[in-house]
Order: sequence, then C-alpha cells, then structure tokens
Amino acid sequence: MTNLLQIENLSVEYKTRRGIARAVDNVFLNLEENKTLGLAGESGCGKSTLGLSIMRLVPHPGRINEGKILFNLDESLIFEGGSVEKGQIDLMQLDDNQMRAIRGRKLAYIFQDPMTSLNPLIRIGDHFTEIIQAHEEDVKKDEAINRGEEILETLGILPERITDYPHQFSGGMRQRVMIGLGIALRPRLLIADEPTTALDVIVEAQILDELATLKKQFNLSMLLITHNLGVLAQTADDIAIMYTGRVMEIAKTESLFEDPKHPYTQCLLKAVPDVRKPDKTLAWIAGAPPDLIDPIPGCMFRPRCEFAMEICATQPPPLEKLDTGQRVACYLYTKGVSKK
Amino acid sequence: MIEVKNLVKYFPVQKGFMDALFTREKDFVKAVDDVSFKIEKGEIFGLAGESGSGKTTVGRLCVRLTPATSGEIIFEGQDITKIKGKQLRLLKRRLQITFQDPTSSLNPRMTIGNAIADALRLQNIGTRTEQRKQTEDALERVGLSPASAFYDRYPHQLSGGQRQRVIFARAFILRPAFVVTDEPVAMVDVSIRAQILNLMRDLQKELDLTYLYITHDLATARHICDRIGIMYLGKFFEIADSRAIYENALHPYTVGLMSAIPVPDPKAEKSEAIPTGEIPSPINPPPGCRFHPRCPRAFERCPKEEPELLLVEKNHWVACHLYSD
Repeated sequence: MTNLLQIENLSVEYKTRRGIARAVDNVFLNLEENKTLGLAGESGCGKSTLGLSIMRLVPHPGRINEGKILFNLDESLIFEGGSVEKGQIDLMQLDDNQMRAIRGRKLAYIFQDPMTSLNPLIRIGDHFTEIIQAHEEDVKKDEAINRGEEILETLGILPERITDYPHQFSGGMRQRVMIGLGIALRPRLLIADEPTTALDVIVEAQILDELATLKKQFNLSMLLITHNLGVLAQTADDIAIMYTGRVMEIAKTESLFEDPKHPYTQCLLKAVPDVRKPDKTLAWIAGAPPDLIDPIPGCMFRPRCEFAMEICATQPPPLEKLDTGQRVACYLYTKGVSKK
Repeated sequence: MIEVKNLVKYFPVQKGFMDALFTREKDFVKAVDDVSFKIEKGEIFGLAGESGSGKTTVGRLCVRLTPATSGEIIFEGQDITKIKGKQLRLLKRRLQITFQDPTSSLNPRMTIGNAIADALRLQNIGTRTEQRKQTEDALERVGLSPASAFYDRYPHQLSGGQRQRVIFARAFILRPAFVVTDEPVAMVDVSIRAQILNLMRDLQKELDLTYLYITHDLATARHICDRIGIMYLGKFFEIADSRAIYENALHPYTVGLMSAIPVPDPKAEKSEAIPTGEIPSPINPPPGCRFHPRCPRAFERCPKEEPELLLVEKNHWVACHLYSD
C-alpha cells in the first residue's frame, strides 16, 4: 500500500504576546490510500492545527516552522500561470497558486461548525457553482448545479433544495451540505475536523454512516479529527493519540482499544463512558495539561503519569515502533532504560 | 421535593409585518407541552433528549428563569409559578441553575472571588469579611485550593475544568435545596469528566441537594442519575430508574437514541435501529404520537391518537401505544 500522505517532523508554532506556543511538535504521521486515520486528543492538543497545516491554512499568528508534508499526487495539475507535477510532492515547497490548485481538488477540509461555514447570503447551488468554477473554469453554471444536485442526492437531500439558503436547513442538513461541497471536486483526501460534534447522536450516527459510504464510492482517504474515541472505534482504521502537540501513540484501531500502550491512552480509555457497560467506573486524570507557552522538559504527560521515572524529565521520548506493531512515545517501552 | 403538574410553555413566533397584518392567528413554538413529573428529595433526576426537545426549557421553568404559560410547579409545598417580588428573591436562594458553557457564564472582567461573592451581596447575606470567608470556603470545597490564591484570579487564567468548579461554587454558596445543572460536562474534556461528576455527587451528599441533570449524553448520564426522563418535542416519552432505561428501554425512540451512541469498542456490532430523519419543528408537531413519522414500529393508531404517559412496570412510565393496553 502506498502512502497518500506522509508527514515528517512537522512543527507549528503560534507567536503570542506571552511567548511562543508550540502547538504541533515534531509530528510524524502516515496515511495509507483508502484508509481512515483517526486523530484524537483533548482540547488544545494541536489536532486541529495539524489538520489545518496539511491544507497550509494555519491561521495567523501560527506558522509552520519545519517539516515535510508529502502528498502523493495522482495526476499533474495545470492551471493558469503554473502547474504541479504528479508524484510525491512536498506541500511545504509549493507556492500559493500551486497550493490553491490542490486545495479543493485533491485535499478537502470539513469544518466543525456548519452554522458558520456557509455563506448565509447565497444559495446552496451558488456555493457549488463557486467552488467548481474556481477550479474548472470551463464548467457552465447549469452543469455545476447539476453536479451539486447529484451530490446532494447521494447525501439524502432532495435535489430541488439546491435553491434554498443555508438558514432553511437544519444543523444536520447543513453539515451534509458541507460534506457535499468538500467532495464536489472528487478530492483524494478528506480532512474532517469534528464533523459531528455539534450534532445530536442520531444525526451523528446517520452522518458517520454516510461518510463511510462516500468513502467507498469516491475512493477517499480520510483524516478524521475528533475528541470522541467512540466515533473512531466505529470508523477509523488507525488512530493517532495526541497530547500537547505531540503524538503519543499510533496503532491499529483494534489494538489501541484492546491493548493501549501509552499511559495517557490507557487513562483516556478508562475515562470514556460506554452505554453497553453501564457498570464501568469512570476514571479521570488528575491535573491539567502543561501550558504550551511554558513547556516542561521531557515528556509533557509526566506530571499526570503514574509511571513517571527519572528519565522522563530529561528528553521527550521518541516515537518508537514496538514488536506488536504500535508506535509509542514512552520510556516504559524503550529498551535499556532504568525503570525508576 | 418538586412536583410538576401539566406544565406548558409556548413561545410566540415572530412574524413578518405583512403576515401579522393579514392573519390573526399566532404561531407558537411548543417547547414544553403538558408535562408532569416528580423529583424526590435527594434524587438526581436526569432529563435527556436531542436539541429542541424542550429539556432546557423545563430546567429554566423549574427555577423560575422563564415564566410558565400554564401549569403548576410545587416546591416545598407552594406553587412557585405565581410567586412575585421579595418572596421570589428569597425563593431563588433555594433554587439554583448552572449553564452549559462555563466560559460565557463568567464575567471576564470580574475576579472569580467577586463573581461568587456577588451572589451573597445580591441577597444581602453577611458582612464583607463574612462574605469573603464563605467564598473562600466554597472555593476550597470545590477543590480550588488554596482559595486565597484563586480568589483574585480572572476566568481566563483558569482551565475549563476549573471554571466549571467556579460555576458550582457560585451555585452552591447560597445553600440551595434544588439545583438544575444544564449539561455540566458537555464542554469539559473526557479525562476530567468523571472528576466533575464525582464532585457533583460529593456536594449533593454534603449539602443534601436534589438535582435536575439536563443532558444529551446518555452515556455519562448513567454514572450520575438515579432516574432518567426521555423528552421529545416537548413531551416525556419514558421515565424510569436509570438502570431500567439502559437495560430495558421500552419506547422505540429511547431504543433508537441508545443505539445511536458511539460505542468505544471496535468489535461492537453495528446497531441496526438508528431512526431516520430528524426531529421535526416544534411549531407544528406531527399529530398523534409526535415520533410516529420516524418510528420503525408505528401502526395505524399512532398518527391518530396521542399516547399518554402510563405506568407499565414498577417505576417505569412510557408514552407509547405499543404498551397502552
């Protein structure tokens, strides 16, 4: 299997008046073709920043400091005033015009809040026309609307509603429209940032189902960013757990739930409620994550970790592959380290 | 402790000028449509449902933040829907509410000590030094210690979980008897959710409280509620002990709601019975049973007749024609 997306040594920093906050710190990630990678973590762990940096849309004052974002482009893109060659390209090396050609056409992003992501003044059909004509200039308006109608239909929305305005849709419908706009240009990679967090459970379940169908139909690969591990258990192939901007563990979904390695992952899973196991006692992690502007040396989870050792305070543990397949950033699994 | 009888709340719908000119009829959002229930002393009663089901409105009505359209709420022997003036102010010492978003519930320009002590000042309780003392005790009680260090901090200097604790300290400083908590953990990270729920339980034991716990998250409700009521479009569909809701849900809507909750287990079987469609508008709810257009088990009686909330098993109330004979 080839890697559609390969992130190497990525770091993103926000320059604030109080100092520099490293929101993404030295991240390595791989996403295979036609797979779903779940990116989970609590608020402030950098998961959304990581998603945005793949699109190179990190908002000011954020800046991608170093690292490579390698994307496997399946065809050369030619646009007015330039082109992008096919093959593995580093998105960090592209200029603004090249990046704009890739956004939407090859990479799509679905934001968390469907209420604020649609323009309230223009009809749904015009959203589709705008996005399609921005990339394929020779497409007529009628054709763009037709394509929009087809996509709405696959998402369970009546095609005649394409003339409606966003406020005429419910929250779940608006999120479906957002997904429809995301896939309008048949992208290869869909980055969904908390796509169902603002929705009720029933609508959430419906939309997750639809996403799974679309993924098959359009051969999509997906990066699903969420804080809800329950959502990932049903949808993701692999899961990466983030904490304070660093990846703590990457594993296959089954092995992450059955045999979590990192102490943080273990604690997190003990804190997730499960309707089917009503007698489960919910645990919690004492304390709060450290301030990113004033980071602590070594492993950032150390103050909250029950297995903390001396070595944890020295250097951040590297992400290492275990014999069982998981990748973990924790000294408990490093050979030849004194467990004190 | 608190008994709600035939409570109704309709909100009038704003109309355009021309519509208002030519029609006399007014439309109403039927947020709460004739509900009755009881909460026993010392109980944690969960109120669950999707957005738009009217659960928050019920909570606001119970603490007199919103006046009721009709119906009664009996609290400590008197109907609180008609109380006014000074009596109402005294009543509000006994009834408190906490809101979902701890950040927007705190004034960013007020230290948290002042925010909490304000409740005492508004009620003219104690001198300045006594108020400070009580506030510091409250901060310690919710786990923000040393209190003197937290007293002068501003909300932005606290984490989300700490802000939620401040909200609790402020609600509990007047020693209420009944507290409505609206989604207290929805904005809190999973890793500290259980901690906040435990704090709520500890406070309940210590201060002899009764809670109305409003939530959309049935997965966590199990860990704190003694009984749970399921609401849909302003009506109760099912009320039962929380164990019975989880192990023996009777109403098709409750069953659907439970099956839609994501299970943190990749091997769990995909649930089949996720209801289709979305919750309809509360302006013109469907006739008969409000759930019938989405119900997998609807039959001819459902669109014609509205089911009543009936006792079908011990402590288990259901409003569904499947169980009405």
